Amino acid sequence: MDPVNVNYVQEALDAFTDKEVYIHLETTNGAYASHHNERFFSAGAYFRNAKITYERAKMTGAGPYRVGLKIPYGWVYAEGITHYEIDSKGRILLAGHDFDGKLAVALQISETPFE
Amino acid sequence: MEKERQVLVVFPHPDDEAFGVSGTIASHVNMGTPVTYACLTLGEMGRNMGNPPFANRETLPNIRKKELKEAARVLGISDLRMLGYRDKTVEFEDPNKLIAEITAMIDELNPSLVITFYPGYSVHPDHDATGAAVVSAIGKLPAAKRPKLHCVAFSNNCVDELGEADVVHDVSAVADKKFDAIKAHQSQTQLMMAGMAEGLKQQDPEVMARLNYERFWTYKY
Ligand SMILES: [Zn+2]
Repeated sequence: MDPVNVNYVQEALDAFTDKEVYIHLETTNGAYASHHNERFFSAGAYFRNAKITYERAKMTGAGPYRVGLKIPYGWVYAEGITHYEIDSKGRILLAGHDFDGKLAVALQISETPFE
Repeated sequence: MEKERQVLVVFPHPDDEAFGVSGTIASHVNMGTPVTYACLTLGEMGRNMGNPPFANRETLPNIRKKELKEAARVLGISDLRMLGYRDKTVEFEDPNKLIAEITAMIDELNPSLVITFYPGYSVHPDHDATGAAVVSAIGKLPAAKRPKLHCVAFSNNCVDELGEADVVHDVSAVADKKFDAIKAHQSQTQLMMAGMAEGLKQQDPEVMARLNYERFWTYKY
């Protein structure tokens, strides 16, 4: 993955506008966070292969970045995005890595289901 | 270490075998005992991607599969099985499905020793769910037919509640293989390896103890 280039990512997001796409959305502190620090409240969520259609998409912020996808009855949102990749299948892979390089958030968009 | 007829190791993640059990596995292999390692998932949800990231969510499973195969090769594991579950979802599966799969492996392999995580004392929900399924599978066997069950535990409260481990293996004779097995899981252990290599050079007692000794709690039904 490469550090976010807002123009490239925005262009890729725009290309999926009004198309039926599959989303992988995830946030995580890791399963060991509370083990290493018992005062740490570990929380996370993940949704793989939600099928949505968005009418607009926007990447904002000065880095780490935020991404919002406007869907008919609501929104999809991720913050803390640091890296991107458009992979060989044309999927948009966005991820936020923390100061140690560990994945903390992921938002991925694909025209076919993630395997 | 006692010579076993067959060892069956059941863990949910590639690299679960590396830290606490790889020396024990290598020692059994050295004695000529066949070792089967059943690994439930490919660690698809791992957080270590390299820094700068060389992996992403979609490439990580395949990278970890290769690392797992390499670790198995280094340790001399003759039978590596990947059961196709998904990382962080084991506890949500139908437990009877997993218990049945483990029972089938026990029937097929007739192990004299099974190694897994101690349910409730292994921190990651996948570890606890895997250990619980193995405990149930063996518990269903008539007492006389049960293989020995050695559990790995590392929650902060494990010694308080379980007492000290009753099985401690000195694996210093195969420390090099253990080191290589940990190194094989490069995507996950890259950061830690640097510290470990330095600790080895300095003969840091904590690092030496982690490498040279592996501890287990015998599960008592
Ligand atoms: Zn694990």
